[in-house]
Amino acid sequence: MVAALENGSVIDHIPTDKLFTIVQLLQLDKFKNEVIIANNLDSKVMQKKGLVKISEKFFTEDEISQLAVVCPKIKLTVIRNYKVVEKREINLPETLINIVKCANPVCITNNEPMRTYFNIHNATRTAKCRYCGKEQSLDNIKLK
Amino acid sequence: MENKSIVSIANYTKEKIQYLLDMATEFEANPNRKLLEGKVVATLFFEPSTRTRLSFETAANRLGARVIGFSDPKATSSSKGETLKDTIKMVSNYADVIIMRHYLEGAAQYASEVTNVPIINAGDGSNLHPSQTMLDLYSIYKTQGTLENLNIYMVGDLKYGRTIHSLLMSMQKYNPTFTFIAPKELEMPEEYKLYCKENNVKYIERQDFDEDTITDCDILYMTRVQRERFSDLMEYERVKNAYILKANMLGKCKPNMKILHPLPRVNEIEYDVDDSIHAYYFQQAQNGLYAREALICDVLGITLEDIKKYGTK
Repeated sequence: MVAALENGSVIDHIPTDKLFTIVQLLQLDKFKNEVIIANNLDSKVMQKKGLVKISEKFFTEDEISQLAVVCPKIKLTVIRNYKVVEKREINLPETLINIVKCANPVCITNNEPMRTYFNIHNATRTAKCRYCGKEQSLDNIKLK
Repeated sequence: MENKSIVSIANYTKEKIQYLLDMATEFEANPNRKLLEGKVVATLFFEPSTRTRLSFETAANRLGARVIGFSDPKATSSSKGETLKDTIKMVSNYADVIIMRHYLEGAAQYASEVTNVPIINAGDGSNLHPSQTMLDLYSIYKTQGTLENLNIYMVGDLKYGRTIHSLLMSMQKYNPTFTFIAPKELEMPEEYKLYCKENNVKYIERQDFDEDTITDCDILYMTRVQRERFSDLMEYERVKNAYILKANMLGKCKPNMKILHPLPRVNEIEYDVDDSIHAYYFQQAQNGLYAREALICDVLGITLEDIKKYGTK
């Protein structure tokens, strides 16, 4: 059904309800190379899952951080020349710089042309704004 | 950019706090020490605050500095849409230290990142107000002789009170016992109670406030219960008179007990309390001058030794 990737990335173990968020986030609708989007695939680990294969796409660290915020524990595989050169679970970084937006409307970051900066607490999945000090859950956070 | 800005003092060590208290003590003995002769202090008040501004400007003047700045942002370029960064960059060309008050939370932190000139946070929205905390600590230290093992009562609006939250975090290191007295709608937020638990700080919550509730109190920190904080005005009407301190409630207090209030007060401390030996809120405001002289000197690298030496000149 699907040809093997020569060069590109595979994002696997996407929760089914997050698949289209990921598609939107990566702006795959504007992508010109081959893209394969699949959902509700059987999975031993999570029963049903989503998956995205993107030809000729290699993620930057910022993009990976964004993915980690939207859904933790997704798997990223990098393929070059038909060979898997990297395979890893994406974990949240300790800090998110200019990735997400502060929920506090009177935070300076929402009123100045500046970068946001959050410290991440992995156990509680919360992000604390370096500027206003407000904490928010990563599950409701908005990307910048 | 690293500099000596004071955005928050919540993480200061006991030693650092003691050092600043010792500086303030020196300034109380003699506030007029021209240690900043030839220096320029900028006071940028993006939000009006007469009390804080006058206190800082007096501190700068008594240290011999010249003061520039504005007290009304309407008269500045920020009203034309200039960014905070640009304003700070511009003023950094002129001043040796910038004291700023801003209505946005985190503004002082950001300002300290865009300039090498030290910033002193004079309040950023409802976030932090370290010079108020410093003067509160100095007032407690001066009246009790120590910051350790005190019974601290906080009364009134504990939900929105910025000074209350800052004081709570700064006192955490000194093994206090807190009593939080507030109406249900304005009780201490969960995050600060959690903070107390995580740091093994003892606290009691209650809603009654009378002569018998404050018998073992060392510091009675009063705040204003504001009408606009209530979503239910009937609730406000019910509680508005429940947290008023009256002179006849002071009969059973410990002799060392002092009443603090960040001011301005409206009706939460009756005027007959002013004559009591326990009333301390006006001296507290005066202590702000010494605490702020200490903070300005500290960011400019002037040491306790320098201050003492000047006193003997």
